[in-house]
Amino acid sequence: MNAVVPVLGAPIPHDSAPKHVSGKAIYIDDMPEPPGLLHAYLALSPHAHARVKSMDLSAVIATPGVVAVMTAKDVPGVNDVGPAFPGDPIFADGLVEYHGQSLFGVAATSMALAREAASKAVIEYEILRPILTIDEALAAQSFVLPTQIMQRGDAGSALANAPLRLSGRIDVGGQEHFYLEGQVAMAVPGEDGDMLVHSSTQHPTEVQHLVARALKLSDNAVVCETRRMGGGFGGKESQASLIAVSAALLAQKTGRPVKHRLDRDDDMILTGKRHHARIDYDVGFGKDGRILGIEFMHAIGCGYSPDLSGAIADRAMFHADNAYYLDHVRIVSHRCKTNTVSNTAFRGFGGPQGMVGIEHVVDEIARHLRIDPLTVRKRNFYGKRGRNITPYHMTVEDNVIAELVAELERESGYAARRKAVKAFNAAHPWVKRGLALTPIKFGISFTLTHMNQAGALVHVYTDGSVQLNHGGTEMGQGLYLKIAQIVAAEFGIGLDRVKITATTTAKVPNTSPTAASSGTDLNGKAAQTAARTIKQRMAGVAAIAFGVQPAEVLFAGGKVSGGGQELPFGEVAKLAHRARVSLSSTGYYSTPKIHYDTKIHRGRPFYYFAYGAAVSEVEVDTLTGEYRLRRVDILHDAGQSLNPAIDLGQVEGGFVQGMGWLTTEELWWDDKGHLRTHAPSTYKIPACGDIPAAFNVSLFKAGRNKEDVVYRSKAVGEPPLMLGIAVFQALRDAVAACGDGWTVPRFDAPATAERVLMAIETVRARAAIPQAQAAD
Amino acid sequence: MRDAIHFRLGTEDRTLRDVDPTMTVLEYLRGPERICGTKEGCAEGDCGACTVVLVDADGRHDAVNACVLFVPALDGRQLLTVEHLAGPDGALHPVQQAMVDRHGSQCGFCTPGFVMSLYALRTEAKPDRAAVNEALAGNLCRCTGYRPIVDAAMDVCTGHEAPVPAPLPSPAGSLALSHGDKRSFSPRTADELAGILLEYPVATIVAGGTDVGLWVTKQHKTLPVTVSLDAVADLRGVEETDGAIRIGAGATYQDALPLLETHFPDFGAMIRRIGSRQIRNRGTIGGNIANASPIGDSPPALLALDASVVLRRGDVRRTVRLDAFFTGYRQTVLTKGEFIERIDVPLPAAREVFRCYKVSKRFDQDISAVCAAFRLRVEGGIVRDIRIGYGGMAATPLRPRAVEDALTSRPWNEATIRMAQAVMDSAMSPLSDMRASALYRRTVARNLLLKCFLETSEEAAVTRLAPV
Repeated sequence: MNAVVPVLGAPIPHDSAPKHVSGKAIYIDDMPEPPGLLHAYLALSPHAHARVKSMDLSAVIATPGVVAVMTAKDVPGVNDVGPAFPGDPIFADGLVEYHGQSLFGVAATSMALAREAASKAVIEYEILRPILTIDEALAAQSFVLPTQIMQRGDAGSALANAPLRLSGRIDVGGQEHFYLEGQVAMAVPGEDGDMLVHSSTQHPTEVQHLVARALKLSDNAVVCETRRMGGGFGGKESQASLIAVSAALLAQKTGRPVKHRLDRDDDMILTGKRHHARIDYDVGFGKDGRILGIEFMHAIGCGYSPDLSGAIADRAMFHADNAYYLDHVRIVSHRCKTNTVSNTAFRGFGGPQGMVGIEHVVDEIARHLRIDPLTVRKRNFYGKRGRNITPYHMTVEDNVIAELVAELERESGYAARRKAVKAFNAAHPWVKRGLALTPIKFGISFTLTHMNQAGALVHVYTDGSVQLNHGGTEMGQGLYLKIAQIVAAEFGIGLDRVKITATTTAKVPNTSPTAASSGTDLNGKAAQTAARTIKQRMAGVAAIAFGVQPAEVLFAGGKVSGGGQELPFGEVAKLAHRARVSLSSTGYYSTPKIHYDTKIHRGRPFYYFAYGAAVSEVEVDTLTGEYRLRRVDILHDAGQSLNPAIDLGQVEGGFVQGMGWLTTEELWWDDKGHLRTHAPSTYKIPACGDIPAAFNVSLFKAGRNKEDVVYRSKAVGEPPLMLGIAVFQALRDAVAACGDGWTVPRFDAPATAERVLMAIETVRARAAIPQAQAAD
Repeated sequence: MRDAIHFRLGTEDRTLRDVDPTMTVLEYLRGPERICGTKEGCAEGDCGACTVVLVDADGRHDAVNACVLFVPALDGRQLLTVEHLAGPDGALHPVQQAMVDRHGSQCGFCTPGFVMSLYALRTEAKPDRAAVNEALAGNLCRCTGYRPIVDAAMDVCTGHEAPVPAPLPSPAGSLALSHGDKRSFSPRTADELAGILLEYPVATIVAGGTDVGLWVTKQHKTLPVTVSLDAVADLRGVEETDGAIRIGAGATYQDALPLLETHFPDFGAMIRRIGSRQIRNRGTIGGNIANASPIGDSPPALLALDASVVLRRGDVRRTVRLDAFFTGYRQTVLTKGEFIERIDVPLPAAREVFRCYKVSKRFDQDISAVCAAFRLRVEGGIVRDIRIGYGGMAATPLRPRAVEDALTSRPWNEATIRMAQAVMDSAMSPLSDMRASALYRRTVARNLLLKCFLETSEEAAVTRLAPV
C-alpha cells in the first residue's frame, strides 16, 4: 500500500486536472445524448422596451423538425425564475423590458433548426421609450427596489466642519462573466412526470425549486445535478435557471429529453452581468489626509428586474469603506431600473464597485494634498483598538491590513520604485509610468444570514473507500478537492480513497448557492461534521477490537490504531458493518455569530474578513493611451491555506479578472439598448500577453483565521478580484505624470486606451494653458 | 474530380462523402464523431477552446480554430485533437503533464485548446516568453490568470522535433463535393480555380476561412458554392523577386511573415498582432484585402508600401494598385469570377523608412480601432516622398493624399506635422462604435503621425512601450 501523503496544506493539483488536459472531463454538452434528444432555442426580443401586440407562431410550429413551441401561456406553473423577487418571466408575457428578453421557446431536432424556425415568428410590437442609462433612471426615479441608507455618526456635520473637502464622481462599467462554457442544461423526463435536470449552475437547489414551480411539480419530483461548470464567477448563480427551466418545460411538453445551450452571442445578450454603477462622493478630511466625514451616493445599474440586485447593492455599501475607517459616514444606495439585461452576481457581488469608490476618494485626497497615495491609505486604515467600527456598526476584530501592507510595501520595493518611476517619467516625455498599492478587506458570509448553512453526505464503504457529497458546486475553484482533503484528513486516509461525486439535490437538499466565497467554509465544515460522526462510530468499533477507550483510537496513514495495535481503515469499516454500525452520515453546518438587521443596516453580517494588497506598475503610451502592466506584486491572506496551489490560482485569476474589468473589458450598448459587445471579437478579456513576467504572488504567511473556520483557512474566491484596482490606480498615476504629477481629470472605469488617452489630452491641454499665457 | 474528403483523425483514416462542405471541423468532431474534448467557446475563432492541430504532408503542425474551419480543409491532412496526445498506455503527453504539474487548469473548459496550442508550439524551436505569449494569444482563459500556463509552456516547450506522421492519405485529383444544393471545390491549381470561378461566378472563395467561417457560424448564412484555396499550391508561394515581395493570395500570414518582417520589421510586429497564431496559420493577406473591411490590419501597411494586386479572371490578368482597389464599404474593383492571384510589395528603396502602428483595446488578438502606416524618405531634412495608409478612419482602408501632399517637400519638423494634422481632420471620416469613438480615432490618427515623426526625426525619443 502506498504511503498516505499529508493532504492538508499541500499544493495538490485539481482533482480533474488530468481529465481537463486530456479532454475527458465531461461538461453537460459532452454528455452522451439520450435517444430522441431535442434542442431548445429561445426567441429573443429585438426591442429594449415594447408591448407585444400579437404573436403569430404558426410558421414556427409548421417548420419541419420543430416538435414544440412554448409561450408564457403554456407554462403550467409559475412563469417566473426570479431568485429572490418575482420579475424574471421565463417567456415575456405581453411586455418586453430588454433587448434579448426571451419571448418563446422552440424544441426541434437540432439547434440550427430551432433557431431558424424561431426566426419565422410574426410579432407585432408597440414600441415604448426605453430607459437605458443610470442618468435616465435617476431622473425618472426608476428603481427595481427601494433606496437604502446606511449610516454611522453625523456625516453632514463632519463634512461641514472638516478643514478640507472634495466632491466628485466616478462611473464604473459592468462586466461580462465570460465563463468559457456558456449556459447549458439538459432535462430528461422520467416516470410519474419526474424531471432530472443536468444544469451548469452554481445553485442546483434553486434550479430544482424553480423547475418544480414552473412545471407545477412538487420539489421531490425534480432532481438537479451538477458535476462541473466550465466557469461560473456568479453568472450561473441565478441566471442558469432560465436555461434549465425552459429546457425542462419543453421536455415536459414533449416527453423527450431536451438540451438547451446558449451560443456565445445569445449568452452575452440575454444573461446578466456585473452591475455598472455611478458613485458620487463628498468627503471632508484633515491636512494629514485622514477622512473625517463622507457621504456616498451609489446608483447601481440593475437592469430590468431585481434578480439579486438588492443584496449586491447592499454589498457595495458594505465595502464602501474597504480597509478604511470612516468616522462619520452616510451611504445612499439607489437600485436603478433600466431597460437592459438584469444584472446579477459576479465575483465580489457589489463589493468591487464599493471599493472602487473609496479607493478613488482616497487617491483624490492624496493628490489634492500632494502626498503619496499610499501614505494617505495607511493613515486611514482601520485601527486594531479604536477606529474599528464599520459603517454597519460591526467591530473589525481580525484586522491585519497594516502588517500585511507593510510587508508588501517592503517586499515589493515600493519606495525605491516610486523614486524610479519619478525618474523615468522625468526623462521620458512620451511614455509614462505609474505605480499604485491598493489594499482590500472583504467580508465573508452571505449577508442574507439564513443562507449561511450547508449540508453534506458521506458514505464509507466496507472496502474503506469513501464517497463524498455536499451542497457545493465545482466551477473550477477546486472546491471538490478542498472538501475531499478535509474528509481524507479526518479519516487519515489518502485522497485517492475519497470519491468526489456530482452535486445533486437528491443527496443533499435545500442547499445554498456556491457563492459568496463560502463554498469551503460552509461545505467543508458540513463534510467534516459528517466524517467525524462516522469516525466516532468507527472509533467505538475499533476501541472494542483494541480493548481501549474510543478517545484513544487514532486515524492516520490509512490505519486505525490504539493500544499498540492497528488495522487498515477498510478493515475497521468491515468490522463496523458486521457490528451493524452505520457507515453513512449527513453533516450540517451553520455559521455562528452572524446577524443583521436590513431595515437599519446594522449588525454583524460577516463572520470574518479576508485581507490582501497589490502593487501594480504600468507604462502608458501617451500618444495612443495604450498601456502595459509591467509588474505586479500581491500579498494575500488565505488564512492557513488548505491548498496553496489552489489558493494561488484563485488569487492570480481573481486579480487578472479584476484588472480586466477595470481596463479592457467594456460593455457597449447602442442608443437602442442593444449590447454591441456580445462576443470575444468585441469584448476583450485579458489575454496571455497582458500578464507581466514579473507577476509575484504570495500568500500571507502570518495569515490565520481568528474564527473557527475549517483548519483556520480563509475564503479566497472573491477577494482577490479587487486587487485589480491597483492597476486602475496605477493608470491614474501615469496619467497624472503627463501633467503636474498629481492632478487627474475625471477618469471612469474601465480605463480603456481611449479613456486613458482622453484623460492625458485633458491633462496636457490644461498644462499648456499657463505656458501659453506665460508666452504672451 | 473526387467526391470524398480523405484525411486522418488521430491514427485512423477517414473518408467523408456527401457532407455539408460548410460544416465546421468542430461541428464534425462534436457531432458525427462525438469526440467532445474539443470545446465550443465562441464559434468565431476568438477564444481558442476549439484549438486542434492540422498536420500537413510535410509534417508541419499548425494550431487552428476548428470552429471556423470547414471540413474540406481536412483533405490530405491529419487532424489531431486533445484526445490524440496521450500515449498508448494512457500516459499524459508531456504538454498535458506540465499543465497538471503547474496547476494550469481550473474549470478546464479552455484547457484542451491550450494543450493543443502548446503541442504545436513544442514542435518549434525553443520559444522565449514573447513567443509563448504569441502562441497563446488566441487562447482565452478566464480562471487562471495565465501565469501557470506560461510556466507550463516554458517547462515543456524546449525545442522538440515535430513527430513525423506516417504517410498521410494523398488522394489524387481535386475535390468536388456536393451535398444537397451545396457545391464545394478544392482545386489544385490557379488555372483550375480560374475555370471554376468562371463557371460559378457566385462562388464564395474560402482562403483561410477565418472571416467566411463567421458568415456561417455567426450570421447563419448559407453559402451554396464554395471554392477552397487550400490545395492551390501555386497560390501559396511567398518570394522575393525583381525588387518585390510576391505573396500568393493563398499564402497565410504565417507564410508571409518571415519575408515581410525581414524587410519591414514594423509590419512583422503588426502581423504578429493580427488575430492569433491559430488565425494566422489559416488567414491570408489575400483574404484580408479581398474582404475590403475598413478595419483590416494589413491594407494600411500595404497602401503605404505601394503594393499592388494581380487580379485574374479566366486567363485575363490585370494589375491594380491597392489604392485603386477599394471602391467603397466592403466594395472593390473585383468583377464576377475574378480573384486575387498575388500581392506585390515593392522592396524598400534606399533611405526609406517604414513605420506602422495598430491601436486596439487589447494588445493581442483584437480588431484595431485605428491602424496607420507611413513610408517616407527624408533628405536634407525635407520630406521627399511619403506614402500613408490608415485603417478605421473611413469606409475603406484610406490613403489620405491631402495629408501626403501637406507633408511632401516640407521640412520634417514639428511645425509641418502640426499643419498636416490639421489637414487630417477633413480627410477622414471615422465612425463611433463599440471599438472607439470618432473623437478617439481622430486623436489617435493625428498622434500616430506625430509618433512617426518622433521616431524618425533626429532625437530618438522613446515612444514605444517596453515589452513585459
